[in-house]
Amino acid sequence: MVADEIRRVILDILSRIQPDEDLSGLVDGVPFRDQLELDSMDFLDIVMELRKQYRVQIPEEDYEHLASMSATISYLEPLLKDVQSPV
Amino acid sequence: MSSYVDERIVMTGIGLTAPNGNSLSEFRESLLAGRSGVVRFETRHMGEVLAGVCDFDALAHQDRREVRRGTRSGSIAIYCSHEALADAGLELSDCDRSRVGVYLGITEHGNVETENEIHEISQYDYDTSVWSHHHNPRTVANNPAGEVTLNLGITGPHLTLGAACAAGNAGFIQGAQMLRLDEVDLAVCGGVSESIHTFGIFASFKSQGALATHEDPACASRPFDADRNGIVVAEGGAICTLERLPDALARGATIYAEIVGHAMNSDATDFVLPDAGRQAQCMRLALARAGISPEDIDILSSHATATDQGDIAECRAIREVFGDRESLAVNNAKSFIGHAMGAAGALELVGNLPAFKDQIAHATINLDRLDPKCGLVQIVANSPRSLGRVDYILNNSFGMLGINSVVIVRRYEADG
Repeated sequence: MVADEIRRVILDILSRIQPDEDLSGLVDGVPFRDQLELDSMDFLDIVMELRKQYRVQIPEEDYEHLASMSATISYLEPLLKDVQSPV
Repeated sequence: MSSYVDERIVMTGIGLTAPNGNSLSEFRESLLAGRSGVVRFETRHMGEVLAGVCDFDALAHQDRREVRRGTRSGSIAIYCSHEALADAGLELSDCDRSRVGVYLGITEHGNVETENEIHEISQYDYDTSVWSHHHNPRTVANNPAGEVTLNLGITGPHLTLGAACAAGNAGFIQGAQMLRLDEVDLAVCGGVSESIHTFGIFASFKSQGALATHEDPACASRPFDADRNGIVVAEGGAICTLERLPDALARGATIYAEIVGHAMNSDATDFVLPDAGRQAQCMRLALARAGISPEDIDILSSHATATDQGDIAECRAIREVFGDRESLAVNNAKSFIGHAMGAAGALELVGNLPAFKDQIAHATINLDRLDPKCGLVQIVANSPRSLGRVDYILNNSFGMLGINSVVIVRRYEADG
């Protein structure tokens, strides 16, 4: 997957975690928590969905790399480079 | 600490969801019209079973994120709590939220979520690293009551009461006791059940030979009938606001009923088989605490679940306490909706409360051929019965491990 595809995957996960939020205005460089009502359990949902869908195991010490969309894409790109996009 | 030990406790608001109604008026209308709520229902591993299924709007009082994060029993409890508070005319913003308690009876909790997680990890070759971090907060035993406090911002005590199928009454009893102990000024209490969403409860009743089958779902739950063949599992909830009488009067509340007697005891005889002697003892204890005699009871809301031995035992207990007095009306709401487990006792009591006004005992439906071994002359068979006047209602609720609960309510009269 490339950056755009990873972005769509993350947006899809966020839309399931935050079904009532409008994600169209999400700014990639701003932390998720500054834009969405995300608590620690929601954040773990992102980690869990990536684990389930793409078998990506993200160690706890790397969670800081998932703070924003930009950071998440940068972190996941090398891990998902050989994974086929679902869309 | 004030002493309210002898204070009168009244029911001032009711919220419910049943398979045949999402408010007291809808539920009552269905009970008087003979409308069942039992349908065919797909359940994991077992295919189609019969169940009482609710269709309340979970999004009426929760957003989709809350529903996703929480449990079905939490949603049922939140819906019923909101409806009860609204019915009571109570705004929590006007209340001291630290003086509100939530007490909910449950038969079981956590089986739904555990089964779901096991199913989920089975899709990943039982890799436990995909076991949800939501599992523990969803399955802690206080979950449904806790979800109510989270949703409503209630900061007083909350508890669930694990009391098998005696739980609905147990919720009311706990609420009344906490008001008398001055632990709270308002009790949001009753019973809830999401049990139809676990295949295990159906499978276990089936293995026990106690799961009802019938070609017509509406005819499957048949307490006291000679052709009964077991339990129809249902989901649902019934929650009341309880207040001390002076508080209710001071704010001009509508009073549905006064809780005048209650009792709980244990058979101490068997894991599943009931004990008629202990059930009779429980009814007598509740009558004694109410300061009334069996002759004073107008409606007896029976527990009977349509199992062979359970129905016979309860009839024996009722006969032992009430004899053959024909003016007593014995009815049964499970014949309409199935067995709503932790919610059953609560739904069955509140479904009878309108009788204080309309003076009608709803029926026990599906009673085509009374089992001679049940043989109660007082059963209101198939059609509602006009009673003239209703002053006292006794509600039986019994459960596995030999837990028995009885609540007696009285018509409230200003000078009563």
